[in-house]
Amino acid sequence: MVKLEVFLQTLIQGFLMGGLYALIGLGMTLIMGVMKIINLAHGELMMVAMYVAYWMFVLFHIDPYLSVFIATPLLFFLGIAIQKFLINPVLKVDSILPENQVILTVGVGMVLANLATIFFTSDYRSTPVGYATKAWYLSDYWKTSPIELSLSVPWTVSFVFAVFITTALWFFLAKTDTGKSIRATAQDPDAALLMGVNVKLMRVVTFGIGSGLVGAAGCLFIPIYYLYPALGGQFTLIAFVITILGGLGSTVGAIIGGLILGVFESLTSTYVGMGWAPVGRFVIFVACLIFLPGGVASLLRKKRFGR
Amino acid sequence: MRRHIPLIVLTIAALLPFAGFSTYVMHILILVFIWTTIGMAWNLLGGYCGQVSFGHAAYFGVGAYTAGILYAKLGMSPWWGIPFSIVIVGIFALILGFIVLRLRGPFFALATLASGEVMRITAENLVGFTGGSLGIMVQERTWVGKLWYYYIILLIASATYFLVKKLIESKLGYYFVAIREDQDAAESLGINTTFYKTIALCLSGTITGIAGAFYTNYMGYIDPNVVFALHDISIIAIMIVMVGGVATYLGPFVGAIIMVVLAEFIRSLPGLGTAYQTLFGILLIVIVIYLPNGIVGDFPKLSRVLSRMVRTSR
Repeated sequence: MVKLEVFLQTLIQGFLMGGLYALIGLGMTLIMGVMKIINLAHGELMMVAMYVAYWMFVLFHIDPYLSVFIATPLLFFLGIAIQKFLINPVLKVDSILPENQVILTVGVGMVLANLATIFFTSDYRSTPVGYATKAWYLSDYWKTSPIELSLSVPWTVSFVFAVFITTALWFFLAKTDTGKSIRATAQDPDAALLMGVNVKLMRVVTFGIGSGLVGAAGCLFIPIYYLYPALGGQFTLIAFVITILGGLGSTVGAIIGGLILGVFESLTSTYVGMGWAPVGRFVIFVACLIFLPGGVASLLRKKRFGR
Repeated sequence: MRRHIPLIVLTIAALLPFAGFSTYVMHILILVFIWTTIGMAWNLLGGYCGQVSFGHAAYFGVGAYTAGILYAKLGMSPWWGIPFSIVIVGIFALILGFIVLRLRGPFFALATLASGEVMRITAENLVGFTGGSLGIMVQERTWVGKLWYYYIILLIASATYFLVKKLIESKLGYYFVAIREDQDAAESLGINTTFYKTIALCLSGTITGIAGAFYTNYMGYIDPNVVFALHDISIIAIMIVMVGGVATYLGPFVGAIIMVVLAEFIRSLPGLGTAYQTLFGILLIVIVIYLPNGIVGDFPKLSRVLSRMVRTSR
């Protein structure tokens, strides 16, 4: 019975984490779909948002969940600035290596991480919110329950927020004109240009939205995670694994990929050991490349066309 | 004249120790040649074959740990690490290549980045085998002075230089460049791209591994955070080639001199020491935007701009 309890608790934990991972992955997959480049500063942007939320809490006592509405626009404009002043000039430059933009984002990430170290020192920080350790227990609601499960309050609230933001993003991409233009640019930039879509503007906006999404994810992470300047790298990797897992540039795939990764990582840390979770990430990544190179998106596509 | 530059550089480098430099300068020179070796190895894969790797720390670290584990577990001299790392890193690169070479462009880049990080975490967690975060300490140093270390790394670097030059001037080099320029076109012309990319990766990884094994011997201490470091190994390897010149023979050497001297210079500045990554990042951004082919690659452009500046100032 205890084994089952642990297993179910691990699944719940993984599912909640997966929802947040999906949000990180969504930002990257959006940028990758439209610009065909990987943003290696993705995790560092998240780190910036987390510092924004942290200082908002410490200085003005603004709840991290409210900081979502502050950090997201801030990161949106930061993303726009990076795209407009750094990445766009490189797109025009003629060079031997096609990956120059990716290398550029590495440079941006290095600068952000190092500046954070200089200004905020490399101390581990966390926001001491009152509800950080609160949880809902199953036995409180169902007295005769044979097993005991709990649902951490900050994790659940973050998850709900993530679902809400994801839905809003879906609505934006599917229903609004700007969203449709972004999707058109992702499918075929030349055709979109011929149809009167301002491709250049869409690229800038997409980078902004991608950064904004990861900024929101950062705010949702801060009540449950600790914060230090070098944390960006691991989240860049997570975002990338989700993108591969979900299928390149697919938003639905990114959500499913995030959930899979969250559950898998939770299982590895429970049954193999905490330190091995990043290795588990790589294992699932390799397995996906070998057995399912198109990611979850290719499975979805197969189903849709009945092949 | 241009043809003789490498030989002149080599002669000067071989005579340098007789100038009676302090051990600190010798240390810098040894670092320059370690980085030249790694840079040339990276250039073989990234510059010529077009596969931008963000995870050369994986090969460097495996080479370093080959030497370290031979010493710590089997009691052999860590110098055996250099011949052994050729075999072990070669096999490691082959296995890793099987996975990462399925990917293209930016995806390859990130998969290699992940491989470097995973090696670091594995080395940290396999405490019984690698000593975990405590690392491996080589107790007895072969030489106290730096002279022989200098000549050994100079030998490794110059051997790498001539190997890379020979390879790139052979049929293989043309295949590599064809793959870089257009992989699909190369494939349709009958080049087995996966095979040649694997060759490039194995050679590049092995050379980096040798540099890693030398590093263990020279430094006498390794731990996962040093030899598998993302920013301090993988990214610096890229920067050296980007600064010096992508797909040029002498680029990595020029880049290594600039980067090592710059790193030492910035770290010695009071107050700016911790900011060296910011300055490196800004340097990387500037290089990517204004000199995308590096100092050697964009030398004509650079000299044109400089001569114009001289003319206007007159």
